[in-house]
Amino acid sequence: MNLFITKTMRYLATAWAAVKELRRVKLWWVPMTIGIAILLELLLSNHDSQPATKYAYYRYLVFIALAFFLTLAVGAKFFPRWREKLLHISAFYTAVFLALNIYHLATQKFGLLPALFFPSPGRILEALVVDFRYLIVDCLGSSAKLLAWGYFTGAIAGFFTGIAVGFNKTAAYWVNPLTRIIGPIPPTAWIPIVLVAFPTTFSGGAFLIALAVWFPAAVMTGSGIANVPNAYFEVSSTLGASRWRQIFYVGIPAAMPSIFIGLFTGTCSSFITLMTAEMLGVKNGIGWYVNWQREMLSYANVYAGLIIIAITFYLLITLLFRLRDVVLVWQKGVIKW
Amino acid sequence: MVAPQTGAATIGAINIRGVKKTFTHQDGSIIEALSNVDLSVAAGEFITLIGPSGCGKSTLLRAIAGLHPVDAGELTLDGEPITGPAAERGLVFQDPLLFPWLNIHDNVAFGLKARHLYREHKAEVGQFLKLVGLETFGKSYPHQLSGGMQQRAALARALVNQPSVLLLDEPLGALDAFTRMNMQDEIIRIWQERKTTMIMVTHDVDEAVYLADRVVVMCPRPARIEEIISVKRERPRARSHPDFLQLRGKLLKILDFGGQEREPEYRI
Ligand SMILES: Nc1ncnc2c1ncn2[C@@H]1O[C@H](COP(=O)(O)OP(=O)(O)OP(=O)(O)O)[C@@H](O)[C@H]1O
Ligand SMILES: [Mg+2]
Repeated sequence: MNLFITKTMRYLATAWAAVKELRRVKLWWVPMTIGIAILLELLLSNHDSQPATKYAYYRYLVFIALAFFLTLAVGAKFFPRWREKLLHISAFYTAVFLALNIYHLATQKFGLLPALFFPSPGRILEALVVDFRYLIVDCLGSSAKLLAWGYFTGAIAGFFTGIAVGFNKTAAYWVNPLTRIIGPIPPTAWIPIVLVAFPTTFSGGAFLIALAVWFPAAVMTGSGIANVPNAYFEVSSTLGASRWRQIFYVGIPAAMPSIFIGLFTGTCSSFITLMTAEMLGVKNGIGWYVNWQREMLSYANVYAGLIIIAITFYLLITLLFRLRDVVLVWQKGVIKW
Repeated sequence: MVAPQTGAATIGAINIRGVKKTFTHQDGSIIEALSNVDLSVAAGEFITLIGPSGCGKSTLLRAIAGLHPVDAGELTLDGEPITGPAAERGLVFQDPLLFPWLNIHDNVAFGLKARHLYREHKAEVGQFLKLVGLETFGKSYPHQLSGGMQQRAALARALVNQPSVLLLDEPLGALDAFTRMNMQDEIIRIWQERKTTMIMVTHDVDEAVYLADRVVVMCPRPARIEEIISVKRERPRARSHPDFLQLRGKLLKILDFGGQEREPEYRI
């Protein structure tokens, strides 16, 4: 009995030492994880439920990732800034490659998931590579055009509606009930009407997206302006500011934080509207692509489309965040969302 | 800075005749913030306004600034009725109220830009920042400044417009004693240089006496002017001059803070 306890204790101590050692080499976590992934990929044979790909895309991916993170880890020895960065992202990317590896094993190696709906990473990569030009130039290009038209029309219209409502009592009297009735209707609910009322699906889709952005932009601009402390207007008037200057140099800058909240909300609902419009009516674009591939049961392409969508929307939202940080540098200790 | 004007001030005379102002509160009660106020201020005069909290000092200043219409009576500046706010009547509020989205330089430049004078008078922004000791803070945002610094920036913002009447609502209230005395002297200097008519609200009896040509004492309920005391002393004044002590006592008595009449026994 005593012997058993001592033995267990010793094992525990060894395990603990190993964990401590792992913490010490945090810089190498990602390369190690990728290394394990490569070993498993090379050693285990593929399950035959997943159709074979022409090239070994998954291997390319993991080898490139390995090269990348090895470079970072070696570079971290020389550049303190790299080291700091790598230490920060290490845990996250370890988890990413661990998850990727687990999914790879579950699909490609052991066939645990239905191959039709859960293509292996290699097959998704193949779909991405094969369709890349079509995805980016045709689908994403068409979506971008639709989104840009709708978004900017809606944002500009919303901005000016908000200004009118915020500064003009008559405008508020007539427009406020309208925003309150039309606003809460999800833009996609208009699809049946819009598709017949508009000459082209493009103009209809753009209108829906504009509607999706217009509502939050108008409401948040209007309420932002209405909530500007009157004292700021008084100060500016004793400094000789005209009405026009008070609107554009006091009211609007003061309402900017609120306007940005409206733009963020509008951006999110414009994405939803874009996808829905493309899946239900508009006959091109990335949302249409995903839906089309789903109907053809080529799920690898569905995932490829989703990846493109995720990256694009991520970049757009990041762009908006950056813009906000530039415009609202003056805000202090405000909760940054 | 713009060359000091010579001779006596010719513009900036204010006339207030029978001015009344009431506020209706949410609960329906009616507050008489000003009941029948008469006051004539000569061009280039320095007036300090003193009185207990809530007696209508800010309301009077805001009425002169043209920020709210009065219920009765008339206000004129150099004979012209005051109908609304204008750059000729600068107002420094009780709170600094700097625009948080503009840095200190742009806050001070706001008035010049609003009046399309910024191009020619750009340099004055820096000069007035220097005057209030904030020349190195032009690029800072208001939230990065202390309360006293913000108040000084607000003062510079009003001064740069070179109004003929400057209305100051406790502009030095947030400052420490030393900065305060410094700013008092600066205000006097600017006043002498620019010949601006000054009406300054203060809670500080010493400050009122030190700065003013005339101290106007207001009293609440009914809110009106109780007494006007002339301070006929040459400038620069000595802060500890015995005459001031006497004036101070007189003012405190009017304000009901006179204490006991008898001579204190603890003579030093
Ligand atoms: N906008 C307003 N609405 C309603 N009542 C007001 C308003 N402004 C001032 N009052 C009332 O008028 C009275 C005088 O206010 P005012 O601000 O002029 O006082 P004050 O002398 O400046 O006081 P303090 O020294 O505390 O600043 C107060 O009783 C106040 O409640
Ligand atoms: Mg006041």
